[in-house]
Amino acid sequence: MSTLHTVNKSPFDRPSLTSCLNHLMPGDAVLLIEDGVIAARKGSAFSSPLEAAMKDCSVYVLSPDSSARGIGDGDMVSGIETVDYGGFVDLVVKHDRTQSWL
Amino acid sequence: MKLAIVVNEGPYTHQASDTALHFTRAALEAGHEIERVFFYHDGVNNATRLTVPPQDDRNLQKEWTELGTTHGLDMVVCIAAAQRRGILDANEAKRQGKDADNIAEGFRISGLGQLIDAGIQADRLVTFGD
Repeated sequence: MSTLHTVNKSPFDRPSLTSCLNHLMPGDAVLLIEDGVIAARKGSAFSSPLEAAMKDCSVYVLSPDSSARGIGDGDMVSGIETVDYGGFVDLVVKHDRTQSWL
Repeated sequence: MKLAIVVNEGPYTHQASDTALHFTRAALEAGHEIERVFFYHDGVNNATRLTVPPQDDRNLQKEWTELGTTHGLDMVVCIAAAQRRGILDANEAKRQGKDADNIAEGFRISGLGQLIDAGIQADRLVTFGD
């Protein structure tokens, strides 16, 4: 059983990303959407926790939301993959359940 | 696959209603079935037909109605959340002694049991909110 976790707020605004990362199980995936994409920027305080999570989980960013906020693929922590809305749907289907960290 | 969607945030608040709309559209394009879209908490505000956004802005209520009617989606508004926020259909307006109703085409008012049922019937339940 694997879980897709979605995080939609900046980690500087709310602790939802931190809570999410603390609950990850191996094989889970994290999808950063809306203001949650802010966490993907390399060099921030959240780069290390995301790198640690990527040892046994995948991290994705919703590209329309990162593009809207001026975060290009080269600006992100390496290892993070981007998906569009179709890719978001595929991630929901691929994992057994979806947990939205609201 | 059967997907159920929960929308907990109103239009023009942050981005949850937009994300839910784009996600639902993408799921339909990929050939998935939408078991139900359940509007809960401030999400019920997506269902009023009286919104008049500026012409150069998106009209979220209208987009939900168009998506729902085009694909025959079951778009359910939680009755308790709706009554608190003044979202009424003709029956509820009459029952509560109000002089008007405002529910948009494509939406229907029902109870929280519809959310539980969607969770049971669908393969995946995805929540969008604040």
